[in-house]
Amino acid sequence: MTTRGTGPADALEPSPGPGRGSKMLGGRAVLVSSVSTVLFFAVIAAIVVLAPGSEVVAERFFNPFHLRQSFLGTESEPSVAAAFLLNVYIFAISEVLILILALVIAVVRGIPGPVFFPFRMVAIAYTDLFRGIPLILVLYIIGFGVPGLGLGFFSYLSDVTYGIIALVLVYSAYVAEVYRAGIESVHESQNAAARSLGLSRWQSLRFVVLPQAVRRVIPPLLNDFIGLQKDTALVSVLGSIEAARAAQIYGASQFNYASYVVAALLFVLITIPLARFTDRLIARDKRRRQAGAVA
Amino acid sequence: MNRDEAPALVLKDVHKSFGENEVLKGIDLVVEPHEVVCLIGASGSGKSTLLKCVNLTEPVDSGRIVVEGEEITAPGVDVNRVRRKIGIVFQAFNLFPHMTVLQNITLAPREVLKLDRKAAEGRALELLERFGLLDKRDEYPDRLSGGQQQRVAIVRALAMRPSVMLLDEVTSALDPELVAEVLSVIKELADEGMTMLIATHEMGFARDIADRVCFLDDGGILEQGPPEQIFTSPEHPRTRQFLQRIIAAGRL
Repeated sequence: MTTRGTGPADALEPSPGPGRGSKMLGGRAVLVSSVSTVLFFAVIAAIVVLAPGSEVVAERFFNPFHLRQSFLGTESEPSVAAAFLLNVYIFAISEVLILILALVIAVVRGIPGPVFFPFRMVAIAYTDLFRGIPLILVLYIIGFGVPGLGLGFFSYLSDVTYGIIALVLVYSAYVAEVYRAGIESVHESQNAAARSLGLSRWQSLRFVVLPQAVRRVIPPLLNDFIGLQKDTALVSVLGSIEAARAAQIYGASQFNYASYVVAALLFVLITIPLARFTDRLIARDKRRRQAGAVA
Repeated sequence: MNRDEAPALVLKDVHKSFGENEVLKGIDLVVEPHEVVCLIGASGSGKSTLLKCVNLTEPVDSGRIVVEGEEITAPGVDVNRVRRKIGIVFQAFNLFPHMTVLQNITLAPREVLKLDRKAAEGRALELLERFGLLDKRDEYPDRLSGGQQQRVAIVRALAMRPSVMLLDEVTSALDPELVAEVLSVIKELADEGMTMLIATHEMGFARDIADRVCFLDDGGILEQGPPEQIFTSPEHPRTRQFLQRIIAAGRL
């Protein structure tokens, strides 16, 4: 609450001078924000500590012994950390496949001409369908349906593979829309300029439109991938023991939920670098545009 | 057939409508090799549409367009091949913002003409040097002034070695003090014998550079002739009226 008076409001006030004024303001702002931060967390901590069940929660969720043991695993319970490697694996494979499939869908949806009408229809139907179905249902349908079809090789894939297929199907529908927004944000005059130089429709798309479109959608793309990292946990419904499932197994047999906290921290840890990377890309883009404006 | 004898560009009874609005109502125009033809006329008279039709950016409704003896409006003609022969420069530059100046210029020669990198860059650097832009080769378009961007756009079109250049109001988006540098580039091209069809509002420039001036009015070429004639003793009352307005606005 104490930061109300500083920050954005002060930034709007005309600064008295280029150096002196902003420096003084900076010093005061740091002090105020420090006090505010300490107060804020003190209040949160007080609420947690003073809550009637706080001791029980501390024992169930933050017991150091169980934090450590669930992280490493025991003879009868899987290690949450080791299981988390499966999440990373699922994420890494899915991400690459999604980037490719989504781009294909977005491009197909943009091909003009009556000949390509059925292709456009398929692309539209695909995005409508897979954005509409909850991921967990797609997981069940793919994971239990495809093996039931008796399609030989395709019906004997691992649970993890079916999980990856389901994630790729659902996320590609979202990411295709992100790509499409990017493609449509590139002004038609860019395509006109490329075509006027003799480039074909495909060359114009590849060298002129797509590079600009992809650059513009990198922040929302990374946002979707942060969501994907977390949704890898849902693959557990097919029986794969990934971090969330391993945590559940530990909690069920030890009657202690520290394993959930460990799994949560692992997800946060892997998300932060991606989030900071996104911030840096946005900042770089902004810097470049501003440099252009000055010149 | 002797290519030098064939006109660089022939338009025969070209019609073009956008919906109900007929923008070109039967344009006949012949541009000889090395000739510079300026199109003048009020906004909406069809100058830009005419250039877009020649570049096949807009399909014509009827009529024929012939470039160096080849009819480009014939059905089944390879649009991409035709466009290589016709360079166009736009009012809004339309440089590719994600590429450096050099990449902007070498993209089409490399991908369309299939030149190797060295040959394409050699050609580009030569042109950049000629137009005083060599030090900008690695800059991104956003960091150049409007005049520099437009000169790069002209170089980009020239790098394809077109036989005809179409210039569509190339100075209209520029600050007044940047117009001269672009016009001097066009002047240089004219002196070298480049065949050009130029839509412009710069009447003084048209008078200096054009071999022939065409006055477009309501989708047709109302009057054409050498600049001295059009600007000093126009025959048609509509042309006189247009020029009087231009003079009143201090643009001639």
